[in-house]
Amino acid sequence: MSAHERISAAIRTASAGGDPALVAYLTAGFPSRERFRTDLRRIAGAADVVEIGVPFTDPMADGVTIQRSSRAALEQGVSLRWILAELEAIRPPLATPLLLMSYLNPLLAFGIESLASAAERAGVTGFIVPDLPFDEGDALHAALTARGLALVQMVTPVTSQERLARICARGQGFVYAVTITGTTGRNTGVAANVTEYLDIVRRHANVPVCAGFGIRGREQLEQLRGHVDGVVIGSALVEILEQGSDPAQWLQSLRNRQP
Amino acid sequence: MSTNSEALQGLIAGRFPDARGRFGPFGGRYVPETLIPALERLTEGVQAHLHDAEFRQALGSELATWAGRPTALTYAGRLSAAWGAHIWLKREDLAHTGAHKINNALGQALLAQRLGARRIVAETGAGQHGVASAAACARLGLPCTVYMGAIDMERQAPNVGRMRLLGAQVVPVTGGDRTLRAAIDEALRDWVSDPLGTYYLLGSAVGPHPYPYLVRELQAVIGREARTQYQQVAGRLPDAVIACVGGGSNAIGMFHAFVPDRGVEIIGIEAGGRGAMLGGNAATLSFGRPGVLHGSYSMLLQDADGQIQETHSVSAGLDYPGVGPEHALLAHSGRVRYETAGDEESLAAVRALCELEGILPALESAHALAGARRWAHAHAGGTVLVCLSGRGDKDMPTFQQTLLAERP
Repeated sequence: MSAHERISAAIRTASAGGDPALVAYLTAGFPSRERFRTDLRRIAGAADVVEIGVPFTDPMADGVTIQRSSRAALEQGVSLRWILAELEAIRPPLATPLLLMSYLNPLLAFGIESLASAAERAGVTGFIVPDLPFDEGDALHAALTARGLALVQMVTPVTSQERLARICARGQGFVYAVTITGTTGRNTGVAANVTEYLDIVRRHANVPVCAGFGIRGREQLEQLRGHVDGVVIGSALVEILEQGSDPAQWLQSLRNRQP
Repeated sequence: MSTNSEALQGLIAGRFPDARGRFGPFGGRYVPETLIPALERLTEGVQAHLHDAEFRQALGSELATWAGRPTALTYAGRLSAAWGAHIWLKREDLAHTGAHKINNALGQALLAQRLGARRIVAETGAGQHGVASAAACARLGLPCTVYMGAIDMERQAPNVGRMRLLGAQVVPVTGGDRTLRAAIDEALRDWVSDPLGTYYLLGSAVGPHPYPYLVRELQAVIGREARTQYQQVAGRLPDAVIACVGGGSNAIGMFHAFVPDRGVEIIGIEAGGRGAMLGGNAATLSFGRPGVLHGSYSMLLQDADGQIQETHSVSAGLDYPGVGPEHALLAHSGRVRYETAGDEESLAAVRALCELEGILPALESAHALAGARRWAHAHAGGTVLVCLSGRGDKDMPTFQQTLLAERP
């Protein structure tokens, strides 16, 4: 099974019972570099897929929480090189598929050519690049595909049907369906017409569909049940880490159905 | 783009940007997916209106009767005598609101109106684009929100008050580097939240396609006027044209008409700040490497990991780690030479222009003057056209701490 197929399979397996799979996000090296591998292990034990955020100085798609965690990580000297070295040091590798979420510039600075092989060595299964729209992604897509790694595509409620079809056709791992127009982490709830949009995305996608941006708790998971294969939990989990609470326990609490 | 000469020929023939918003390898559209429909709609709007007769007529009329165009071309006689070459000034400082920024703000606000925008957001560094946007929005009856870095709000305090008087809401940006770059990040976040109802009035020739093209087209009036005006008085073209470059909007506006004039030397002056050390300047083309920031692939001041560097310039308007993609291509092709002028020599140029010509220039424009001084020393008796992009009233807090602090 190629790396991108592992992502899809993990989401399908986890969501087979009807509950959405959990894709958990953490900013690498936040709250501290020393805790990164420990936090990652705990989160990977409770989630179905893990997104590891590569911090960037100008995270334009992110809200205040991830801006704060990114800045703190950068102040501690976290870099893509450091993250890959940390991941490579995890032996045996984690069973949970790991993705890197990075803005484009740190990837360009690393070098697109060497990125795929370095990521593969570190056990990374794919990338999410929020400022790389489908139309500009050919070079990275080709480099990753050559190694079986996923370039996860994002769609939004304002994406046209025609574009949605083209983006979904290129979907690997999962299609990341942004549920709001806005930055990450906003506590806006799930709008009524979002489930309709997610149903459309699912009709176009050949891979699982995960909803993200502003998903913070059990209530939203209930609303999305049956309309997505998974949900991405980002800012809310970063806030749990910030508070010093147990991320695994909190993720587990999301899975427990309310009585 | 295989060779420099290919880039040069394309530039002279006016082939850039291409359909994908590329200036050779530079430019493009690197934004979150949420903004793609808004950028596509804007591109269609630009194609439909920008060169349309009704729009040209409306813009031309507002530029003439409200914004004060054409601006004068001034021969700086005493400065010429002091510096040894003939110096002509394109007086964008005389444009309404005090800088070239009004050309773009007015044009984009008229476009926003035609695209049915409910509100306008803008970023500002020195405050000149914010003031121009606030004024244009007041004129057209559009609500306007301006994001401004907290550091810039301090050093350009007079402009904050002007924006508020003109009816704009000024939002301090306390995240990031608290200057222009963080203000753009925040304006983009605002736009992502309402991509179809909000119009993002970007102030420089940077950002995702179609902004670098749109801003150039709206600013090109500077060079078109200057070229005609100079030809009328001199019967020939100048030896050199000089403008300051931060994001590069006044420079691209000044240069565009002269790019095909191969006999005219074109020079862009970046902020050399305190020197060549990392973080000591904002001279992107002189010290940067290619990368992606704020939606386009261009030159960037960044570290080995691709993190954007903090910059320094005494001039808030030049204090930016990126530069417009067309400037990256102009540099790559060799058609334009980019140099730096530091804080000190730019402040000295402010003093010279005040004392010899009775004109208080903006600190940004003073960088172009410092470059002109150097050019004049190397080309005694030559003729240089300088874009005096704005007036210096907004810089009084900085002058109080520098030029005025040195005197009793």
